[in-house]
Amino acid sequence: MRNYEVTFIVDPTLSNDEIKSAAKKYVDMIKKDGKIIHIDEMGSRQLAYPIKRRNTGIYYSVEFEVDNGVIIDPMELAMRRDEALLRFLTVKLDKYGVKYNEDKRAGKIGKVVKKKKKVEEDNSHQRRKKKKKKKPAQPPQQQGQKQQAAPAKAASPKEAPAKKEEAPKKDAPANDAGTPPTS
Amino acid sequence: MATREVIKFLSNPNIGGQRAKYCRFRKFGIKHIDYKDPDFLEQFVNDQGKLLPRRITGNSLKYQRRVATAVKRARHLALLPYVTDLLK
Repeated sequence: MRNYEVTFIVDPTLSNDEIKSAAKKYVDMIKKDGKIIHIDEMGSRQLAYPIKRRNTGIYYSVEFEVDNGVIIDPMELAMRRDEALLRFLTVKLDKYGVKYNEDKRAGKIGKVVKKKKKVEEDNSHQRRKKKKKKKPAQPPQQQGQKQQAAPAKAASPKEAPAKKEEAPKKDAPANDAGTPPTS
Repeated sequence: MATREVIKFLSNPNIGGQRAKYCRFRKFGIKHIDYKDPDFLEQFVNDQGKLLPRRITGNSLKYQRRVATAVKRARHLALLPYVTDLLK
């Protein structure tokens, strides 16, 4: 048994009943020989480019399990002949694809979660950057308006004097000890 | 006297440094790339809808191939455009 997934776009100018019957036709065809796992009605979507002069389409995605794709050829033939369909795509799912769809149905993967992950990553970098920039930027303004340079530049002078104060101190005891290493 | 410790702080060491690229699929354990998710695939495509090269996305070869097939499938299903301007 293998898992497949067929996605097709139904003509949106048809009536609701016609759209449903068009989808049901293929679902029934699959049901004869295989087992339907899930029917995903993705609904009406804007097409990225016009197909048959249509700008929207009604998307269906059916996941099913069949013995070595017996029904796929006749199904695709019927789809090719069907005027009601704008596009179709049949894909074999590997074990990760099956698991992905399961997780998606369980709500583990949903678009929101995925986006959040990505957005968090991206934002985390941005936030870090912002924090770094903001922290140095604010104190100089409080101290005085002498330095209105870029925050990155403001950061280095602010830290440098602090180190300068430390540096001579370190040098001084070294000289006092009477062992000047390199100067 | 500019000691080595002072010089260290005169230039920001983070400026000009490149962040290491990584394959996000390997890093986060994403095994399957969904061709029905155009929002996700848009990250691997430039403004004209062309696939971005690996040297920019940082994908490993294995997942770059899968991204490419997923984008091509999405294009076939009119989820992504074949050619455009100002996709993003």
